Amino acid sequence: MRKLALSLALLGMFGTPALADEEAERQAHWAELREAVFGDRAAVAAADLIALEAPKRALDAALVPITVTTKPGSDVTGLTVVIDDNPGPVAAKVSYGPRGDASLLTLRVRVNQYTYMHAVAETSDGALHETAQFVKAAGGCSAPVGAGEAESLAQIGRMKLRLSGEVAAGQPVDAQVLIRHPNFNGMQMDQLTRLYTPMRYVQQVEITLNDERVLSMENDISLATDPAIGFRFVPRAEDLPGKLKVVVRDSDDAVFEQSFDVPASGS
Amino acid sequence: MLHRRHLLLGGLCACCLPLTRTRASSFILTEVAPGIHVRRGVDEDASPGNADAIANAGFIVGQESVLVFDPGGSLGDGAALRAMIREKTQLPIRTVVLNHVHPDHIFGAGAFLEDKPDFIGHARLPAALAARGDYYKQRLEEILGAGAAGPVVMPTLDVADAAEVDLGERVVRLKAHGPAHTDNDLSVFDAETGTLFPSDLLFVGRVPALDGSLNGWLAELEALKRIGAARAVPGHGPEQVNWPAGAADLERYLRTLVEETRQAVRDNIGIEAAVEQVAAGERGRWTLFDAYHGRNVTQAYKELEWE
Repeated sequence: MRKLALSLALLGMFGTPALADEEAERQAHWAELREAVFGDRAAVAAADLIALEAPKRALDAALVPITVTTKPGSDVTGLTVVIDDNPGPVAAKVSYGPRGDASLLTLRVRVNQYTYMHAVAETSDGALHETAQFVKAAGGCSAPVGAGEAESLAQIGRMKLRLSGEVAAGQPVDAQVLIRHPNFNGMQMDQLTRLYTPMRYVQQVEITLNDERVLSMENDISLATDPAIGFRFVPRAEDLPGKLKVVVRDSDDAVFEQSFDVPASGS
Repeated sequence: MLHRRHLLLGGLCACCLPLTRTRASSFILTEVAPGIHVRRGVDEDASPGNADAIANAGFIVGQESVLVFDPGGSLGDGAALRAMIREKTQLPIRTVVLNHVHPDHIFGAGAFLEDKPDFIGHARLPAALAARGDYYKQRLEEILGAGAAGPVVMPTLDVADAAEVDLGERVVRLKAHGPAHTDNDLSVFDAETGTLFPSDLLFVGRVPALDGSLNGWLAELEALKRIGAARAVPGHGPEQVNWPAGAADLERYLRTLVEETRQAVRDNIGIEAAVEQVAAGERGRWTLFDAYHGRNVTQAYKELEWE
């Protein structure tokens, strides 16, 4: 996986299209990326199964909120989000377990430049369904590396969970987990030593409900500082009240873990 | 008169040639207090027509040397500022203050390298420039053209807390602030005339940009209000405003942003919805509101959701 991420990073850095024949080059770049991630499996453009919502123009290059939705009941087993022209284009690769629900995924990502974003859903029959959105980079003083990493590092591993709406057996529950982590992408410099801070980013997130998997996610360096993951899980009657556990592993192999109470009802 | 000045600039230095398209209005100097000259930035985003001269820039003349505060937004803008300094005084330019990391305040620094001044910045500026300098340069040159931004100039002197610079019978004080507008804001105070240069800790008319800490900004503003200044030169806005009265609009904006973002976090409406709703009542009170406000809400949300 480390090797794959590296080769993808190189693609992201050197595969940037020039102005001429821009659209064709962007499509060719995506074809390369798709092959690197999924091999030669063909994808169906399936706007009715999967949708990707991102701002047409990023307001903040260091924090672009995106939402992926899939049609409920379409048996999605995995979701992949690719930011074509970022260094480290694969922002997230999510696979869902028995307590998971792929109908909603929200993330906050960095966007370095004008780029396509792709969301690809894999269904249980092995088919791939893709959709794309073009995002213009932010202007002005906005930069993909934000301020405030010092505080994130000081509080590294702290987490918050937000549940919204009713919690009821058999019904998807909307949740969001916030993870304090600087997600250093190797571009930041340590102010005391004046050396570049080595890459250190959230690489893996595992979410379980009473030890049964909701989702597991692998990430490259495109997630924003303090990753925020919005997702859905479906508790059974015997799961409530229960414990939602989040385990985060970063690229230094540091592991952060926290459990949250899921009440029988209410929010 | 102004046209002739432009021709003169073109003749003086080859690096100013792209400037011929620059608006003359952005190169008028105002002496806001004895020996303090300010070039007002235009309330626009960077464009080839304005050479990124969108922030206020200027200089203070002492008995022995000149201090430049905010050297301008591009190499060409800095060169124009330098030429204007040379029209006023031949004293050496010994100090260039880099107020904070944002491109519209620092890329003029390249035009002052030949003077070999001390480039003074906040102790956190080198880290911020290392992380963002090349990115800013690339983005600015996409707008202004290749080579037009100028080099990323690193500070040669850091200020971690406070410092003084003697310009010859004129001592100005520098103050390094906690995270506020950015995490590397440096202000200048000329006690002799009671003039404060808060740089982008003060926006007037142009919508503020939040890139550090919202709570921190309000705290630093509160401290600056008590500094005993009679006037302030905002980073963006008129050449000068009364102090501290001139901070009132900014303070209202920041407080509204705090209150309504906290409410949005409590209501768990998410960043996308918050961007649409928070402090929408401020629209119409600021220029460039729609270009920057949504980003401010994003920054506020990610700060306050951890409270």
